[in-house]
Amino acid sequence: MAFDSLSAFLSMGGHAPYVWSAYGATAALLLGVGWHARAERRRVRRDLARRMRRERRQAEAADASTDEGPTR
Amino acid sequence: MWAFLHKLGSPKGFYAISGRWLPALWGVAVALILVGGVWGLVFAPADYQQGNSFRIIYVHVPAAFLAQSIFVAMAVAGLVFMVWKIKLADMAAAMMAPLGAGMTFVALFSGAVWGVPTWGTWWQWDARLTSMLILLFLYIGVIALRGAFVSRDGGARAASLLAMVGVINIPIIKFSVEWWYTLHQPASFSITEKPAMPAEMWLPLLSMVLGFYAFFLAVTLTRTRSEILRRESSKRWVRALVEERR
Repeated sequence: MAFDSLSAFLSMGGHAPYVWSAYGATAALLLGVGWHARAERRRVRRDLARRMRRERRQAEAADASTDEGPTR
Repeated sequence: MWAFLHKLGSPKGFYAISGRWLPALWGVAVALILVGGVWGLVFAPADYQQGNSFRIIYVHVPAAFLAQSIFVAMAVAGLVFMVWKIKLADMAAAMMAPLGAGMTFVALFSGAVWGVPTWGTWWQWDARLTSMLILLFLYIGVIALRGAFVSRDGGARAASLLAMVGVINIPIIKFSVEWWYTLHQPASFSITEKPAMPAEMWLPLLSMVLGFYAFFLAVTLTRTRSEILRRESSKRWVRALVEERR
């Protein structure tokens, strides 16, 4: 381990603002991109399932109306 | 081999094959980045000249590698799309562009905050820094150009073309530190030579670089799969897939 204490680790020998902002920006990018990929995947699947349900309902409704036969 | 490649080139085959590899790929990416990050931040010894600010290389170097590699990948995908009309290549190119732009930004930003304590300045119009800034603008251009077209095919062609032309900038970035050596130091690592650093300094860097590449692959595969579902939503196999997952 390169540091004697937690505070030494956090202060990075006086370079804390530089080290932590660089790591912070990187972590934000990785987490943001990873989270977005996951959310996008869920959204696409949910939207597609919803669309298929709606189409099935419409098809059933169309079937039902033709089953009743022509009305006079 | 050809049969496998052919299958990989079709959206349906790609979806099935990438689905089998993705969980392991995500696992490898997260593990390598966590190991490399903790190792580099906590265990690697401080540099005798730069002190602890040198730890920034563990995010700066992998981000700069990816920034360039993703652009090359985008140009190759653009070529494949333009020559063989493989839609999948264009989908992948579209999905990787934002990550490439993000990596370029992180490379520039982490370089700037490293420059303050080390060079005494956060920015110079040095050849390496300037060509990386141009890379960021090229990424933004590729993304904006794609979005500016009403027809998807028009946007795809324009974006492919700009990526194929813009890739000229990559060798310029690579050799900038040798042709115009003003501020940024030449590469610290090469494949052919032993690194001029102790192992406890470069091993975490290797872990981070490999982890970033695995992360790029995992994100691109995951996003391309979503894009396939979006674009091929009327295909029977996509419908069957959504049915069975319910």
